[in-house]
Amino acid sequence: MIRTRGLSKHYGQVHAVDAIDLEVGEGDVYGFLGANGSGKTTTVRMLLGLVLATSGEAELFGRAMPKAATEVLPRVGALVEGPGAYPHLSGHANLSLFDAAGRDRLTRSRRRSRVGEVLEQVGLDPGDGRPVKAYSLGMRQRLGLASALMRRPPLLILDEPTNGLDPQGIRDIRTLLLELNREGTTIFLSSHLLAEIERMATRVGVLDRGRLLLQEDMSVLRAPTGLVRVRTPDVEDAVALLNGHVVGRDADVLSVRSSDAAELNHLLVGAGVRVSEITPIRPSLEETVLAATGAS
Amino acid sequence: MIRVELAKMLRRPLTWVTIAALNALPTLVAVLLALTDLGPRPGTGPPFLSAVLTDGTLFPLAALAIVLPLFLPVAVAVVGGDAIAGEVQSDTLRYLLARPVSRTRLLVAKLTSVVAFVTLATLVVATVAYVEGKLLLGNAPTTGVVSISGSTLTQVQMAERTAMAFAYVVLAMLGVAAIALFLSTMTDSAIGAALGTIGFLVASTVLLGLDAAESLRPYLITRHWLAFVDLFRDPIRWHDIVRGILSQLAYLAVFAGAAWANFATRDVNR
Repeated sequence: MIRTRGLSKHYGQVHAVDAIDLEVGEGDVYGFLGANGSGKTTTVRMLLGLVLATSGEAELFGRAMPKAATEVLPRVGALVEGPGAYPHLSGHANLSLFDAAGRDRLTRSRRRSRVGEVLEQVGLDPGDGRPVKAYSLGMRQRLGLASALMRRPPLLILDEPTNGLDPQGIRDIRTLLLELNREGTTIFLSSHLLAEIERMATRVGVLDRGRLLLQEDMSVLRAPTGLVRVRTPDVEDAVALLNGHVVGRDADVLSVRSSDAAELNHLLVGAGVRVSEITPIRPSLEETVLAATGAS
Repeated sequence: MIRVELAKMLRRPLTWVTIAALNALPTLVAVLLALTDLGPRPGTGPPFLSAVLTDGTLFPLAALAIVLPLFLPVAVAVVGGDAIAGEVQSDTLRYLLARPVSRTRLLVAKLTSVVAFVTLATLVVATVAYVEGKLLLGNAPTTGVVSISGSTLTQVQMAERTAMAFAYVVLAMLGVAAIALFLSTMTDSAIGAALGTIGFLVASTVLLGLDAAESLRPYLITRHWLAFVDLFRDPIRWHDIVRGILSQLAYLAVFAGAAWANFATRDVNR
């Protein structure tokens, strides 16, 4: 869905984005991670044709951007660096104006009903006549999301979509996005919040000072390390039984080298060792990201 | 896209505040004239102002002459300067462009909406002034109006020429609109773009009064603004009017072109 080759943006001597090769497949929830100022937003803007690349190529749906913008962008919903709205108009009026901008072959009545639908979908009241300037930050963020979702695009490019939302709001939006993804929407999600990405992403790219340090499927990144963590009240018995396989010990928690937690559990319990917790250890996204950024 | 921009323009508070402000000065003048019955001495003050004391129906023309040199261009500068920079300030430009709306179409729609604003503003000024003239000022129904050249113009001739005068005023603002639009693509500050445009107009006015700038004079944007007065000579003196329209079209072409050249390939970073 998204592919870039050597995509770069230089401002004078500053390499805001430095030769990145993104690869986002259909149906992915792609977590685009990076600290503030790492070049995420510039990348997103280049994908949308708002900023012109210094060099390199970007493709959406296999079509070159920004050349094919008129064919490609109607199939993309975007939220870039905070929502935008005309402050003196209501949310409904704002969406209607955005919907009417650009070419689209829907009838007017269909448009009106879709504005109402999408407002409800993000948890805003379509009948709310207050101007947007009276909205809270969270409501504006929801409105921006509604604007991105309005055309039911197969690709969503969302820059920090949960910014300004309270925990309940974050949860609502996450649920909504995951639901859309199940229905087939590809989502490109940029964020500096690791936990958010860890919960949602199927694929991750890590950007640091303009360079793409890491790009991998979540299933690979979070593959078991071959270690299993066992908590047991019978620590001494367990160590004796597993002699040689125990690589770490911290009070009643053991780190055991084993590729199969079920077999290990069977072995322990069979020998009369009580097990209160047993978990295969997976690297956390945080560890992976810190390792990648630390190595650079 | 033009329809969307017109809808936005009509729904903006700025549009109506500006139009209300435009009407304030002519209204004040009408009230003062009605109270004092003192016209400006012949040869001073805005055109038509002495004539309105006897014929209130001329007040729309006097009102135009009052707002044209300063207030109308300032209003156009404010509305035009807001065209692109205002979208940046409300964080909406990037969403329009990502919709997508082509940058060229957006500029054309913006320019159209500014011209529509000028038309609307002059129409409102004229209508308000007409009502004020009827109610407050001299109501001597004459068989005809004495033209500046001394001959008499019939009511029909007057109506035609008044309509032409309004069309001319709208055309005279094209250059200002284009400059404001150009500056609006250069900066993210709507006020900055408006002030820049006003600065340009002030410079033009200063140069116009400077004998040393004689050679520049024909090309200055404000040079032919008040030429609409020539429509009320008998016969009409077309020379300056045609010149005025041509110079406005030249300004329009240059600055709209510059706006396009700047905006079409610009990075939208906000």
